[in-house]
Amino acid sequence: MAAIIWTTIGAVLTLSVYSFLYKDNPFYKFAEHLVVGISAGYYLVIYYFNFIQPNVVSPVFQLRLGGEAIGLGSNTWWLALIPGLLGLLLYTRFFPKIGWVGRWPLGIYVGGYAGLGLSPIMQARVLDQIGANALPLTSVTNILVVGGLLGTLTYFFFSMKHKGVLGVMARVGIVFLMVGFGASFGYTVMSRVSLLIGRVSFLLHDCLHLI
Amino acid sequence: MNQVRRILLVSLALAAAAVGSVRAQETAPQDGIESAALDIVPPGPPCALTVRDYLEHSDSGDKIEIEWGLSPDDGSGAGDVTGYVLSRSLAEGEVGDVLEEIASGATHYVDVSVEPGVEYYYSLEAYDGTNSSERVWAGPVAGRVNLFQWSRLSVLVLMLLFFAMVTWFTAAAGKGAKLFVRRIPGLNAIEEAVGRATEMGRPVLYVPGIGEIDNIMTIASLNILSHVAKITARYDTPLIVPTARAVVMSAAEEVVKQAYAEVGNPDAYNPDNIRYLSDAQFAFAGAVNGIMLREKPAANLYMGAFWAESLLLAETGFEAGAIQVAGTAMVSQLPFFVTACDFTLMGEELYAASAYLSREPKLLGGLKGSDWMKVVSIVLMVAGIVAHIVGLEWFVAWFQTQ
Repeated sequence: MAAIIWTTIGAVLTLSVYSFLYKDNPFYKFAEHLVVGISAGYYLVIYYFNFIQPNVVSPVFQLRLGGEAIGLGSNTWWLALIPGLLGLLLYTRFFPKIGWVGRWPLGIYVGGYAGLGLSPIMQARVLDQIGANALPLTSVTNILVVGGLLGTLTYFFFSMKHKGVLGVMARVGIVFLMVGFGASFGYTVMSRVSLLIGRVSFLLHDCLHLI
Repeated sequence: MNQVRRILLVSLALAAAAVGSVRAQETAPQDGIESAALDIVPPGPPCALTVRDYLEHSDSGDKIEIEWGLSPDDGSGAGDVTGYVLSRSLAEGEVGDVLEEIASGATHYVDVSVEPGVEYYYSLEAYDGTNSSERVWAGPVAGRVNLFQWSRLSVLVLMLLFFAMVTWFTAAAGKGAKLFVRRIPGLNAIEEAVGRATEMGRPVLYVPGIGEIDNIMTIASLNILSHVAKITARYDTPLIVPTARAVVMSAAEEVVKQAYAEVGNPDAYNPDNIRYLSDAQFAFAGAVNGIMLREKPAANLYMGAFWAESLLLAETGFEAGAIQVAGTAMVSQLPFFVTACDFTLMGEELYAASAYLSREPKLLGGLKGSDWMKVVSIVLMVAGIVAHIVGLEWFVAWFQTQ
């Protein structure tokens, strides 16, 4: 009985979402507001149990789960107060007089991540790519890879106008980019069609038992 | 009578067979026990067990290297050693936990599960399938963090070069030097789109993607948002910014508020237009689609990190008749924006746009630095190709870090 009820609800919501293809309507609005509201509540719980509890609450209050100590050690628990405090500072925006304090955690967060990301990006997206693409020009594939990469890099060179040799190379680059986009488009459309098949299968098989 | 005798005879035969079977089981030699009885000599112990901090690849102190000499019965002598058992403990004289069972013939092992700075004791014994040798010991040893990771020297060299270029260009821009940056076609479209929305008396929708604030695309998007907010503040056009992350919403609020203040129209700033919708990807996409159809923005700007929701947003905006400009460095989503939007900032154009629009010395310095870094990359790549030709393989290997 419960399965019938949930399948029916799923089918009604699926059709409500698909009704958007015709035009905006109350059924779509209902489904949209339902999923937005439920996901907001769901993520609130997820964030608390996945981030706030293990990273702040447990180390500070030395809670234990299943007999195992979690979070930071007993001597370094106070470190958890720093991100906890920075997180709380975000809420100062509700008090206009001290709202500017909320910029501090944002600055630390953005600056910290940007700094941490620099070295791995230099390694993975620059150095490793140079090494992987310094290929011996002994096959058509290698020539295409190297030529395409040089052209694409030239297209993204902003310090000179794309004229003369630079213009030709940039044009080669844009051709390679468009070929790549076309392939990616086709590949992704196929995966979207498989999603549609999944939904149609749910409606016709699970719900209506027609197939 | 005969029948009774036949039954008795059969019973006796069965009983005799059963007794015989039991005796046979009792007297039969059991293979394992028999062979154990045959091999009572344990193999000779391995020799010269040494342990040391792993240094070869500049590790993070989480590896210890263990070496030993073969047991005299491994490959020679009795030749019956089938392997070695390596154990690790935190106290001298304690066997501790078995770390690994290593095949015979091996003389080297790297323990990759150590805590940096913790002292360990290792013990090793040879076994032949039945007997184990005397145990040999080594330790204490601790994994130490290598201060300089030589395997990543190339990263340091290029980072220093990059920083030097960025610093030099930033200083030059700060002193008023005219640094040329070519115009990106999609940027004109942003101003046209906002102008169109103003003429039509309808809002501008700016979607900063669904990436977190630590995503570099989101940061670039917030820079462009600042520029867009200044235009909308100047024209008094409503600007709607739906977000999928709470921290991005906070940052967007700050950016828009400051832009309105800088233009001198702080009263036009409406905090209700900077909205948190949902962290869930498709819930966010559904809600933004709803905004497009109900609030009817005349210009939709998608700038930042997008995933599978990109086509859902761009198609709905197209259906709603809005002028659309997108910008992302997500290669997998660019095809959809190129197809469904009027203009698209592709890849690094998104980052270049924020520098071009603001003419901020720091952003310009970053853009010029990364531009010349591309030239360096091209030169190194061509040098690598030449290195392949002349057989200098080490040159190419130097770029492939561990």
